[in-house]
Amino acid sequence: MNAMVKPELICPAGTPAALRSAVDAGADAVYCGYQNATNARNFVGLNFTPEEMENSIRYAHEGGTKVLITLNTFPPAGKVELWKEMVDLSARLGADACIVADIAVAAYIRDNHPDMRIHLSVQAAASSPEAIEYYVREFGVKRVVLPRIMTVSEIRDLLKEIPCEVETFIFGNHGLMVEGRCSLTTYVTGQSTNMDGACSPAACVKYERADDGSMSTILGDYMIDRFGPEETAGYPTICKGRYKCDARDGGYYAFEEPVSLNASNMLPDLITAGVHAFKIEGRQRSKAYVKKVVAAFREAVDSIMAGQEPKLADLIALTEGQKQTEGALKTKKWR
Amino acid sequence: MASEPQSSRLGAGPGGFAFAPPLPLFLLNPILKRIVHRIAVQNPDMFDRLGPHRHAYFLIDPVDIPFMLYLRPDPEALDFRAVGRRNPPPHAARISGKFLDLLTLMDTEQDGDALFFSRDLIVTGDTEAVVCLRNALDDVDDPIAESVADMFGPPGRAALNALRRAAENAQKRKGAK
Amino acid sequence: MNPSLTLGPNLFHWPAKQRIDFYNRIADESPVGTVYLGEVICSKRTPFFDDVHLPAVAERLERAGKTVVYSSFSEVVIKRERNILMEWSKQEGRDLEVNNTAALLHLKDRPHRIGGLLNVYNEDTMSYLAGQGATHFSLLPELPRATIARLGEKARELGVGVEVQVFGRASLALSARCYHARAHERTKNNCQFVCGEDPDGMTLKTMDEKPFLTINGIQTLSYGYLDLMADLDDMRSIGVTHFRVMPHTCDMIAVTRAFDDVLAGRVDVAEGEAKLRELGIEAPFINGFYRGRAGHDWVPRVTEMA
Repeated sequence: MNAMVKPELICPAGTPAALRSAVDAGADAVYCGYQNATNARNFVGLNFTPEEMENSIRYAHEGGTKVLITLNTFPPAGKVELWKEMVDLSARLGADACIVADIAVAAYIRDNHPDMRIHLSVQAAASSPEAIEYYVREFGVKRVVLPRIMTVSEIRDLLKEIPCEVETFIFGNHGLMVEGRCSLTTYVTGQSTNMDGACSPAACVKYERADDGSMSTILGDYMIDRFGPEETAGYPTICKGRYKCDARDGGYYAFEEPVSLNASNMLPDLITAGVHAFKIEGRQRSKAYVKKVVAAFREAVDSIMAGQEPKLADLIALTEGQKQTEGALKTKKWR
Repeated sequence: MASEPQSSRLGAGPGGFAFAPPLPLFLLNPILKRIVHRIAVQNPDMFDRLGPHRHAYFLIDPVDIPFMLYLRPDPEALDFRAVGRRNPPPHAARISGKFLDLLTLMDTEQDGDALFFSRDLIVTGDTEAVVCLRNALDDVDDPIAESVADMFGPPGRAALNALRRAAENAQKRKGAK
Repeated sequence: MNPSLTLGPNLFHWPAKQRIDFYNRIADESPVGTVYLGEVICSKRTPFFDDVHLPAVAERLERAGKTVVYSSFSEVVIKRERNILMEWSKQEGRDLEVNNTAALLHLKDRPHRIGGLLNVYNEDTMSYLAGQGATHFSLLPELPRATIARLGEKARELGVGVEVQVFGRASLALSARCYHARAHERTKNNCQFVCGEDPDGMTLKTMDEKPFLTINGIQTLSYGYLDLMADLDDMRSIGVTHFRVMPHTCDMIAVTRAFDDVLAGRVDVAEGEAKLRELGIEAPFINGFYRGRAGHDWVPRVTEMA
């Protein structure tokens, strides 16, 4: 058996407290964003002020953890300055990498901060070796976060064809819509995921209860889902809603079901395939979630590297809708 | 104005809150005031995180207790008191749920998300304010529930541990369904 | 013929005969100056039309004086798609429109167009791509006026074209999964080309029966049809050089003539808009994105002029 390279565990941090939990639980790196439109989880009350980022980077580095700053939205014309300022700030604070999607942001880093590592966000939607190679050649991208649509064998083949590192999602909110190419939220609310970092923003959400005990979740003017009295309601994310069409009787999950990705069973395959980093999704999740998931995967990765059976804690309770999947990784049958 | 939620799932039952609080409301309020000031002193950043929503009034409604909690997390005008169920005061958002579930949400040792996005907690009114409150509450190193328990010394801690165990058991029973 | 009016690539899986008839009519009767051809949504569709009929259709359009541009896949994942894209980009002497970053690798420093599905949000990205051979930019439907104005300004500086979609359903999302197949409880592999049943896309309604979105294979479109006829003059003033009309099953000759008449000043906006509303399109018209509002909004011109 070839010597295995130990993959990094990349963990989400929505708040400074969550970051500290991730560092303490053994994350190799944390990823986080600023309190503005420069990241795709620009939610109310989430993310870091410059001061919090500075303190957090210090805490992380002291704990031996890297900090990757998410700058993965697309600056609209006339507002590019803000993204450039956040890049400059990140460099000044000693961030270990910037995770970007927009060509202008990548070019700015290449030209002004040549020592700053550029990671390509899933928001760049680079799903082929050619697309990845474009970013590597133009901007010196060091790592690509793969869209959640590839099987393990496709990832293995991809690794042979591209000159940079690969990071794959292994746990958390799961979606098969191409990220970075979605304006569903703009259609319904006027806020844009790509320009404002808003996705199904809470300000446009309403929960309405009907006399028959059913509960509707509403975004803007549209009912995204309806739940019977015994069902568990979910947050009205457009691509996770239930809809009707002529081909179906009753409502169905037209795009995605609210399941969570849990690739813990596939870790050995992913490690031998040569994946460099495992990404846990969840910057909008609680500190307790971060702590539990990071600790579980830390134990799992360390055990596999030591040639032992990983003790996979039951992570189902933390998955959305309490259902989980191995997603695209096993087979292409979901396409 | 947010309307009163009615749901059989929120009714008190076996496994719910074990004792009926004997205190009249006016005796509770000084304690609640102490609690919220203590939390504010220990977690100043939390209020920054709330942004404009710190001026909002939140109605916290533990449906299995005969009163509700009225919270304004404004560091310059902190307000936290018990109010009766009839004629709830004006509020931006109302969070209703069983006492143990609400405790879980406040107790960052436990993951409140599953509850928050499920029917176990019902949010009416300004959803954004509640999401913001939840994010702000999560950004503390020492769980608020523990700080509060500490205020009451060892009996407080013991009570918190008992409540945590009860909350965990309630979650397990739910998961087993 | 109007050089600023274009016909975007057909997004839907129409039968070959329908497409041929359609493009013959466009050649003979429509005032559009440029026609975009080529499969954008699903590589499985190419054997039906592109592989067989495209050259003849293109030739017929060119004989009628139209400029023909060859568009390309928006999503490129499997080996077959990657190979097709590579072969497509090797074409010499043809106007090529890119909808996926993979093609940028092949076309660097050769002239090409950027399609309305590739993320160009700001002047810096526009400059960067122009510096590598992009001569013309079709913009994403969600961009508000303020953003388009800045891009228009930069485009003038760079000497590149700017094209905005003014009619037809707006593309809102792409996926690796085929939602048409999924609706029929199939997968992309055994889809049996069920997307062919919905020549303007498959309507998706909310649980309370409100039409919301439209499915077209891997693509999600708006239910509403863009109608930016009232904004043509304004767009021209901020640097938009071309106006794109997307093919649907309604009378596209009438649509393109109506837009041409308004652009040429032969007919006023009210009359032009009335013509669009006589076409029997069941869906509402929308113009929210341009106004920086929810895309599905319709703001009547009367309101704005008051």
